[in-house]
Amino acid sequence: MRPAVLTGEHFMTGDVACAEGALAAGCLFFGGYPITPATEVAEHISAHLPEIGGTFIQMEDEIGAIASVIGASCAGLKSMTATSGPGFSLMMENVGLAICTETPCVIVNVQRAGPSTGLPTQGAQGDIMQAKWGSHGDYEIIALAPASPQEIFYQTIEAFNLSETYRVPVMIMTDEMIGHLSERVIIPDSKAIHTVSRPKPKGRKDRFKPFQPGPNGVAPMAIAGEGYNIHVTGLTHDEKGYPVMTVEAQEEMMTRLVQKIRQNLSHILHTEHYRLDDAEIVIVSYGVSSRTSLAAVDEAREQGIKAGLLRLITVWPFPEDEIKALADRVKGFVTVEINLGQIHKEVERCTGSKVPSILVGHSGGAIIPPERVIETLKNAFGRSGKS
Amino acid sequence: MKQTDKQKIHPLDGLLRTDRIPHIWCPGCGIGTAFSSCLIAMKESGIDLKKTVMVSGIGCTGRGAGYVNLDSYHTTHGRAIPFATGMKLANPELNVVVFSGDGDLFAIGGNHFIHAARRNVDLTIVCVNNFNYGMTGGQVAATTPYNARTTTTPSGNPESPFNLPLLAYASGATYVARWTILHARDLTESIEEAIVKRGFSFVEVLAPCPVNYGRRNREKPIDTLKIYQEKTIIKNEAHPLELDIDFERAIILGKFVDIDRPTWTDTYDKIYRHEDQLNEYKAAEA
Repeated sequence: MRPAVLTGEHFMTGDVACAEGALAAGCLFFGGYPITPATEVAEHISAHLPEIGGTFIQMEDEIGAIASVIGASCAGLKSMTATSGPGFSLMMENVGLAICTETPCVIVNVQRAGPSTGLPTQGAQGDIMQAKWGSHGDYEIIALAPASPQEIFYQTIEAFNLSETYRVPVMIMTDEMIGHLSERVIIPDSKAIHTVSRPKPKGRKDRFKPFQPGPNGVAPMAIAGEGYNIHVTGLTHDEKGYPVMTVEAQEEMMTRLVQKIRQNLSHILHTEHYRLDDAEIVIVSYGVSSRTSLAAVDEAREQGIKAGLLRLITVWPFPEDEIKALADRVKGFVTVEINLGQIHKEVERCTGSKVPSILVGHSGGAIIPPERVIETLKNAFGRSGKS
Repeated sequence: MKQTDKQKIHPLDGLLRTDRIPHIWCPGCGIGTAFSSCLIAMKESGIDLKKTVMVSGIGCTGRGAGYVNLDSYHTTHGRAIPFATGMKLANPELNVVVFSGDGDLFAIGGNHFIHAARRNVDLTIVCVNNFNYGMTGGQVAATTPYNARTTTTPSGNPESPFNLPLLAYASGATYVARWTILHARDLTESIEEAIVKRGFSFVEVLAPCPVNYGRRNREKPIDTLKIYQEKTIIKNEAHPLELDIDFERAIILGKFVDIDRPTWTDTYDKIYRHEDQLNEYKAAEA
């Protein structure tokens, strides 16, 4: 027997810290399938979930894994899975089911280089756009990008809290480097950990409409076996949950699915600033790349370039307003990410042609060293540069 | 349609979402009969219906979940079984009935079927086998008989179909039966047994699809039913190897497997949860 919250000071990898975060958040179901570099999340949680009353199952593939997670969540348990690129691709159809049926669940993607089998043991950040629109149709999603084992611990708890609050799948878009990085992780007392559970229905069971939204745009959630006789479908449905094959029903459902995220941005969005107040050049980065960017900011400052870092903790929804406001007062943006320009294009979309926006990218398999960021800063914005 | 005093209430009205009727099934379709048998079996079995869930995949039979007045989940194509697995493991008190078609359960979802049977997850699987993909207009399926015509095998099916009871048996199912919709009483009894049975239970229901399958294979609705009457033999405990579907020969119906072995939850609890631990959870819950 062990407590769900492993209070104390530990030395652990990001993958293990993720599993510990899930246990602390109240996760009681994990459906998984082995894949490098995410396997350690499943291995760790498989040993400890039953000790706190939860259930672990290794399914026959990632499609089965995510389907079991959605089923377990509909039966009332906080549920999750963890995977990497190829498995993430296989899960996409059922991510859409979770979005459409508003079933809370947490999906961890310990990113490796793709496409296809790619570089299985080497990290990347190339699935960031897939996290947003990897399933068919239009929707809003929440995705977080932790930058350390300590942060992955807290963000896993936050992922469950957001997922339960908004009844939406939440993705933890970490990467192989953070997943396999061992660092100090401090786990506080269980009383200091704030956990949230999905809103529960009240009132007469026969009059309950399972998809009638509350004040924050989110409907209370009845679970299987509570006597509400709910119907849940991936077809376009009305507030009763019944399929309705009309343009109007589609419009109404989609507006609700999108608005419950868009109207709550102030609660969902988190970024972190480093030396940004007086910065002239903004580095936008997330995950492991934000760590190398941090070193680049200090070094650039020493060389007379007023750089600052905007670290994305929430990647989706995207902090558009913040970047638009910065574009009005700074001289340029540099986006640092291990792909060939996914968030970079989002930054460009927000800055327009007001100021230059440059990518420091990499096709995957290695971190981006601070020197490459500094070099780009010097060439583009240094005294001898174009500015 | 408003119910007047003169109209008799259907005995299954309590279990139907009458506000969703009329259903989408075509005239002559066998799914409605299989669905009625399933609902009667649920009612007669004495299980707690408040703790009973129907899970369906996609397709004509997959619409079943949309008409039953219980907690019901209409999931993605082929994934009813893994969804149901998560649900059952999360709350072992639930009775989980998967009601879906042959294409959903055995082509796109075949892998999940064999693994759930191997694990002996305590689920009841009712598969309506109409030998083709009805919802999309009658394409060849993993169950289409050899040489039968479908919209994607216009000159005849060059492949051989699955023997579904054999597949279920070989994968580890603890209850396996096959009936047709013409054998409605046997079918109902069988589904009832399957629901009450602890373990992975599988009932195959042969059903006509006159609009798609029948039309292209010169079978009027009544012809299909005649075949079900004349070309079937009831042989309980027949060896699953004998159960190939070939309408040139006799089709064997009956209950073929009814054995006991520990379920997934039994063995998981035995290995991973010790008795004192279980007592602690119970105390914490109370």
